[in-house]
Order: sequence, then C-alpha cells, then structure tokens
Amino acid sequence: MSTLITKVRQRQISQLIEKGKRLDDRALTDYREIKIEEGLIERAEGSAKILLGKTEVLVGVKVGTGEPFTDTPNEGVLTVNAELVPLASPSFEPGPPDENSIELARIVDRGIRESKTIDNEKLCIEPGKKVFVVFVDVYVLNHDGNLIDASALAAVSALLNTKMPNFEIKDGEVKIKQGYTPLSLRSHPVTVTIGKIGDKLVVDLGLEEEQVMDARLSMAVKDDGNICAIQKGGSGYFTPQQIIEASKLAQEKAAEMRKKLKW
Amino acid sequence: MNDKQEKLIDKKGIRLDGRKADELRPLKLEVGVLPNADGSAYVEHGKNKILVGVFGPREMHPKHLSRPDRMVLRCRYHMAPFSVQERKSPAPSRREVELSKVIRESLEPALFLELYPRTGIDVFIEVLQADGGTRCASITAAALALADSGIPMRDLVVACAAGKIEDTVVLDLYDAEDKLGAADVPVAYMPNLNAITLLQMDGTLTPEEFEKAVSMATDGCKQIYPMQKEALKTKYMHIKEETQEETEE
Amino acid sequence: MPTFFEEKQLVTPGELLAEGEYQAGENTYLESGKIFSARIGLVDCDNKKVNVVALRAFYAPKPGDIVIGSVIEVGFNGWTIDIKAPYTALLRASDVLNRPFKPQNDELNQVLDAGDLIVAKIASYDRAHDPQLTVGEPGLGKITRGQIMRVTPTKIPRVIGRKGSMISMIKQETGCQIILGLNGVVLVTGKNTADEDLAMAAIKKIEDESHTTGLTDRITQLLKDEKAKREENKN
Repeated sequence: MSTLITKVRQRQISQLIEKGKRLDDRALTDYREIKIEEGLIERAEGSAKILLGKTEVLVGVKVGTGEPFTDTPNEGVLTVNAELVPLASPSFEPGPPDENSIELARIVDRGIRESKTIDNEKLCIEPGKKVFVVFVDVYVLNHDGNLIDASALAAVSALLNTKMPNFEIKDGEVKIKQGYTPLSLRSHPVTVTIGKIGDKLVVDLGLEEEQVMDARLSMAVKDDGNICAIQKGGSGYFTPQQIIEASKLAQEKAAEMRKKLKW
Repeated sequence: MNDKQEKLIDKKGIRLDGRKADELRPLKLEVGVLPNADGSAYVEHGKNKILVGVFGPREMHPKHLSRPDRMVLRCRYHMAPFSVQERKSPAPSRREVELSKVIRESLEPALFLELYPRTGIDVFIEVLQADGGTRCASITAAALALADSGIPMRDLVVACAAGKIEDTVVLDLYDAEDKLGAADVPVAYMPNLNAITLLQMDGTLTPEEFEKAVSMATDGCKQIYPMQKEALKTKYMHIKEETQEETEE
Repeated sequence: MPTFFEEKQLVTPGELLAEGEYQAGENTYLESGKIFSARIGLVDCDNKKVNVVALRAFYAPKPGDIVIGSVIEVGFNGWTIDIKAPYTALLRASDVLNRPFKPQNDELNQVLDAGDLIVAKIASYDRAHDPQLTVGEPGLGKITRGQIMRVTPTKIPRVIGRKGSMISMIKQETGCQIILGLNGVVLVTGKNTADEDLAMAAIKKIEDESHTTGLTDRITQLLKDEKAKREENKN
C-alpha cells in the first residue's frame, strides 16, 4: 500500500518519533478519535461504520445458509472478505483481491474465529446438511492508516448488531420464519496493531507513519486480556523483549478500545 | 471430533509421536539441489518435504514492479495438490497468498535490499508434503537457498513454532497437534541479531504462556541454526578440507 | 579487540567475525561496532581489514571491466546484451558503427543479431542506469570462433594468477587465445577443439580447486600429462 512520501517527510516523522512525539501531537500510545455508527445498512443483517481519525471502514454482515464443512457438520460457517475499494486511496486498484486485502481479511477473520466469539454450534440448522453462513465483508472507504484495527473493531461492532433469521423445520423442510433473534457473541475481541519505528513502539499509525514503519505487530485481545491471534507484518523485525512489551501495550489499549463497543 | 479423543500429551509429558515437550522433530537440510536455480535448498522437517529455488537478482518482469532505490524480493509459497490428505487445488488459495507475504517479510530483514536497485529476486517454495509447520520449514530452507544464491545477507533466518496442546506449551507442532491443539505460534528468527522476523499466533494463550511460547520457539530456532549453517557449509566443505590439507603440508 | 575466526575459516552469513578496531572489508558488514560475514566464504584479515573471499557470488558490473555477453535483443538504436549480471547491458549502435546511427540506412541485425557473442568493456554503470558497453577498442567486438565456458566470477582472479602467471602458462602450453570476462564468461580459441578442450579442463580445475595452494604445479602437471597422452595416441 505505497503512496510515496518524500525522504524529507520520512526523516521528519522518524526524528519526531525518536523524541516521543508525532505529527498530530498524539502520544506514541494514543489512538486517534474513534467514532462508530451501527446498523446503517438496512439490507444487511448487521453493519457498522468506523471512523478512526480519517480512516473509514464500513462492515456489512450478511447471513445465508449453506452446507457445513465435512469435518465440522454441526457448525456454522464464518467467511471474512476485505475490499480495498479503489475510491479509498490512489494506491488501491480495481481487480481481484491482492495480498494486502487478503492479509487484512485473514487477520480480521482470525481475531473473530480464535476468540470463539461466535458460538458456531448455534448456527447449525440441520447437522451435516444445512447451517447458517455468516459473511463479514470489510469495505475500506478511506485509507489513512491502521486499516487492521479499524476493520477488526468495525467487524465486531457489526456482529454485535447482527440479527439472525428465525426458522422452523416442517416435514423435513427448513422454513425461514418472520422475525429475528440477535446473534449473541461470547467475547469481544479487539485487535491492536503496534508499529516499530526506530526502536520505539507506536500505536495507531497514520498513513505516512506506516511508510516509515519498520514492522508491525497486530494482536487480537479477548475480554479477559488473553491474546488469541497475532500477525507480524512489514520488512523489519522485533527483538523478543519488544514483543513482550508490545503484547502488554496491546492488552492495555484493547481494554480502552473495547469501551467503544456497545453491548 | 470424537468425544473420546486420545490425549495429545500424556501425564509423563510424552506426545503422541513420542517426543518430549521441548523436542524438535528430526530435521534434514540440503543445499544446492536444483541445477537450474541460482540457489536452492531442500528440507525435511518431520514429514514436511519442501523444495526452495531462488532466481536472481535479475531484471524485474513486469518492469513497472521494480523499485528505483532497491531490490524487490518476491516469494511464492505453494502447496502441491498431493501434499495434503484431500487434494488441494493447484490454484493459489488465500492462505497461500498470505503465507507468501509473511514469509517474504520474514526474509526481507536479512537482505540488503538497497543493493542492486531496480532488480528482483524470486523465491519459489514448493511444499511437496505437509505435516504442520510448513511456513517455518519453508523459511529455514528459503534462507539457505538465498545464501546459496550468493546474495549478501545479514544472517540466516531460521524458523520454528511453539504451541499449546492440552495445557502444556510445546515445541514444533506436527499436523495433528496443530489441528487439535489450543494454539500455534510460528516464529522466525535471526539468531546473531536477536531479531524476530515472523510472529503469528492462532489460538488463545495467557500472557505467561505466550512469553513461554516465544522463548521456546526462539530456543528451537537456536537449535536448528547450527544444522542450517552445517548444511550450507557441507556444500562447500571439500574446499575447506583441501585448504587445510595444504596448510598442514 | 577480539577476532572470532582462524585464517581461511569457512564462514556463513551472519557469523560474528570481529569486534573493535577492525575494518569491515569485502562481503562483510558492520553493525553496532561488530563485523559480521555477509556471504559464505573463507575469511581473512589483511592489516586490520576483515574480508570474506566469497565462494558464491554473482557478477556486479564495474566500469572498465572486460565482459563477454550475448545479444538478446536488437533494438531501435542499439542492442540489449546479457552479461550474466543482475542487469542487462546496452550497446549503442553509434558505438559499433563508429559514426552517427542512421535508421534509414542501417540494418542493425546485419551487424549483430540475437544470439551473437561479443567481448566488450563496461563504459559506464551506476545505481540508476543499466551498464553501457563499448567495443571501440582493440580486441573487443563480435566473437566468431572458439568455445565459451562459465566460471564463478569470484574465481576469475585465481584463473589469472599472480601477475597473470596462471593464464599465461595455460595459453603457452595449449597455444590457445583465452579471454577472461570478469563476469565469469571465458572464451577459449585454439587451433583445434582438442587444444580448446585442454585449456578448458585446466580452467575448470582451477575453479574447483581455487582455494588450495600448490595449484600452479598441479595445473602444469595436468597440461603435461594430457599432452603426453595425446602424443602417445598419435604414435
């Protein structure tokens, strides 16, 4: 996701960060302002839009039915997809998903899946035959850095207001009935991405900061503070000590961000 | 899943395949196995069998992907259709696209990318048989293939996973443990620089367990590192032996 | 101020070589006051400078180098040449024709066509531009005869020998013309293929045993033995 910035700008950013400062006067461990709007897409079973500074991500949840996987006949299916919509950045191009959008989708997917927030067995309609399929579609509308945290938070927020169709089985046939039941979540995973610039750990990188960043570490943290998914990205590295430090910072930040979710 | 699942690790701390908690699977590494590649390596890690070929640095094709100020590393992690129980479609899956990316990012810190601007170097990874931990074995072999190609490197990159089965943190999960275990933490590491270049996790660990898993995995890397160096040296060892003979005369 | 190696020790990338008042030489790098190896090779220390003689490396172009390359493309006003390096090289039509190039008169593929081999000198090269070649000096230009072989570029100095002793000896004993491209491509031209084969066998032996001492004697022996064998066969 490269939109080239000048070397002068890069130096300015890294020098600021070395002193513990940032372009927009935030502390290294501060997030930008977060605003979440829920349920704005009526056609979707669940939806949420997040504004993280100027980064904007819309997540829609659609619920369908399908066959379960053969190795999990009693469980529903979760599918996460991410679209880096071309209107969101000059660096996004139309076409099939590239490695960046695939990685984003899989990080969001792992946060939800590994936290076991959805009770997959409750999504079973008829064992081995029919189950609910929950499609989580991440739609990036404006890219100003930290798409991972914004997308993950919006996805959980959208799942929190997702309504599952009611159904009954009559004469061996599955019939969708009137009305809905809320999809109940067992946990509220929050993903925190920590960037390394020089030897400093920084949260919620803006677009320009991401281009100076050596490497990043995204961690999904559950309500109990335990981490359930991690992804390192970027061409740099972390020392083992930095990883432990980052995991503690992620736990702290996740607890703060979780307050933005409504349940 | 069966209700009466056999325990993945018994009371004496012995795993289903007979290993102790902190024991690696047998590992075999070979360098210079592909005549047409500029560098190559083959790894057998447990039942994993993986071939890696490196081409370049060479002109980038397509040209617009080249960078004016640095070399571009490209990685393709690919699983052979017959490498797993149920035939895998040869078309690249989303998992393979993601792994190709994280493997690339685990190798980049080892290279001096600012050398040879406008060129590209390709790392092709073919998993011939998978047995859990393929990304780690791929990284260990890819670093060898890169060193064998003659590209300057900061260090070899070596990778190994730790994880949790039942309630125990263990080293180097194989397929069954990966599928049924509670968590898997693959780590890639440059031992001489104390740098972690890949870290992923699937599954839940407490902070204490996580810390233990990272240190166990890096310890595993430190165990593999000498084998990796040995494999690289073996290809060139006859040269060294001859030098010694001559000086002894 | 320690060093961590014995002379001519085989080292791998990332191995710590020295700390303190040493200089990082070829195929090594400096990080936080420590010198590490960057390639597989044999380490030596020359006047506080730590070098690794690489056992595996590709050719990196340098202005002034003589190289041997093949034409891979005939372009509008010049040729693209494969010089077995990370970059392809360019040879301008005006350089070969020795006069301004006129597209209406000049058919470039009549001069050099795809697949042709040339001996050339690197006229210019930097980070931003591909190497430019010139053939405007005696001994350079299209190759019409002889055999080509490839040698690991780092071993070319060994084939040359001290003050050219090794290569002169092979030339003398085989009666072959030999051009050593610094990019590891070698052209051997003799009266017959048997002479060429002998010269190539000697060069191959040098490549394989480049890091041993007493090599000159063994090469002399090889050439003598082979020639004696051929005399016998004739009789």
